[in-house]
Amino acid sequence: MFDDLRELYQEVILDHSKHPRNFRHPDDANHEAHGYNPLCGDTLNVYLKMGHNGLIEDAAFEGKGCAISLASASMMTEIITGKTETEAKVLFDGFQKLVKGEEATIDAGDDTERLMVLAGVKEFPMRVKCATLAWHAMSSAMDGEEEASTE
Amino acid sequence: MNDMTTFDVEKIRKDFPILSREIHGMPLAFLDNGASAQKPKAVLDAIEKAYDHTYANVHRGVHYLSQASTELYEGARETIRAHINAASLDEVIFTKNATESINLVADSYGRANLKEGDEILLSTLEHHSNIVPWQLIAEKTGAVVKAVPIDEHGEFMFDTYLEMLGPKTKIVAVTHISNAIGTITPIDEIISAAHDAGAVVLIDGSQAAPHMQIDMQAIGADFYVFTGHKVFGPTGIGILYGKEELLDKMPPYQGGGDMIRRVTFEKTTFAKGHSKFEAGTPPIVQAIGLGAAIDYVNTIGFDKIGPHEQSLLAYATEQLGQINSVRIIGQAKQKASIISFTMEGIHPHDIGTIVDRGGVAIRVGHHCAQPLMDHFDVAATARASFAFYNNRADVDALVTAVRGVQEFFG
Ligand SMILES: Cc1ncc(COP(=O)(O)O)c(C=O)c1O
Repeated sequence: MFDDLRELYQEVILDHSKHPRNFRHPDDANHEAHGYNPLCGDTLNVYLKMGHNGLIEDAAFEGKGCAISLASASMMTEIITGKTETEAKVLFDGFQKLVKGEEATIDAGDDTERLMVLAGVKEFPMRVKCATLAWHAMSSAMDGEEEASTE
Repeated sequence: MNDMTTFDVEKIRKDFPILSREIHGMPLAFLDNGASAQKPKAVLDAIEKAYDHTYANVHRGVHYLSQASTELYEGARETIRAHINAASLDEVIFTKNATESINLVADSYGRANLKEGDEILLSTLEHHSNIVPWQLIAEKTGAVVKAVPIDEHGEFMFDTYLEMLGPKTKIVAVTHISNAIGTITPIDEIISAAHDAGAVVLIDGSQAAPHMQIDMQAIGADFYVFTGHKVFGPTGIGILYGKEELLDKMPPYQGGGDMIRRVTFEKTTFAKGHSKFEAGTPPIVQAIGLGAAIDYVNTIGFDKIGPHEQSLLAYATEQLGQINSVRIIGQAKQKASIISFTMEGIHPHDIGTIVDRGGVAIRVGHHCAQPLMDHFDVAATARASFAFYNNRADVDALVTAVRGVQEFFG
């Protein structure tokens, strides 16, 4: 198969898409938002438990999507748990630039390496919205909006 | 492969310059014809010539070019009239696409004829463009939109349809061929039952026009629509066929130049015939291009196109069916050369991206038919749709690529 496909669908991504982490609806979630991609019909809910000072104590999701959107959602929930709202938004911003190809690398501390796994998306412009769907939903959940769209 | 002796697909392919392209270093297998078809050289040449040789606005001037342009443009209308066997030129209205054709009927006929409680019958097979315009007019008039269901194979449920038809039914709007799963609906029976119930019928022929001969006298629909870019013509041009006695009574859809008889600030009177519905400068060159496309298709003939496409459909269905994880969505008895499928545990978007790297262009998504996706309980499918210029090598490329997808995710 082709190198850029291997780059896009790395083992880690296939693993996360087949066995998404934090694929659940926590009872004690106090923020949630629905992410919907009208182009493909993919839909997912992101659930957050936010504590004092904007600390994300738990992050989870449920929904249907392609390998890229599921893997991205799964990895996102792992990465943002334990971060503050501000930190998560900075990560989102950097991540968006990364997958759109606006920046070649990002500085996300210990998480840099994990997020870079999704950098292959930049070669597939039609798939950028798949990669960012959960992140948009996360951001909307924190802002108290119920609906997030990639449009 | 052994194509029909009189149908030489390899020769036909040479008429379509884009088909010799490579994509990602692989020969292009273009199987997204349901979304839009490629254009033969004859169409590209006609468009170029219309711009560099005869271009001027139509119906507006006495100068040479305006007249030449008008003749070509109106000549295209006659080409289309003859092709679809409409009774008169006034029954052939140029629009910008099928979507606009449907909106025109919904708005103009609907506004004049619908009242509270009237029913508009559609089907679960419909493309969003044969749903949303009806919802909009229903909201304005108080009419109600209902959908005739389909069965597990994707067949239009005719008996249920007969039960749903009644004195309240004012409009029946059904697709001739489903863009998402290829079902050919029994339009002859649908139309005669509707007429018996006193309803008018619009047939969405967007997917039929590229695959079969459509004869307005034989079909007998009140309105029939299709879109130019799917019948090998340019974008920006669509056709609305309507029976003259209905069109005559319908109010204009849009106002502007070309659709009037006499304008004063006190009262404006409208043009008659097709002109009443063609406000503003029309898609001149697009109409000429569509005329060239229809002429081109007729040099091949649907009598030859049909069997070739059906043999591709049978071959592709058989080959894809051998791949374990593939599930074909929609297995109606009568199908056009359109195959929708899903793969177990693999999202259509991932299928689309991977086969694309093998040069195979298919459509993935909901195909603007979300109620149909809901019926099959899927969010999306992958769809291969074949035109007469596709060959067995295209099917083989698809099947190889889909096997690759299975291995990749296996
Ligand atoms: C069945 C059907 N109806 C209507 C349309 C709308 O065509 P257009 O977008 O050219 O108006 C399409 C194509 O997308 C179609 O497949």
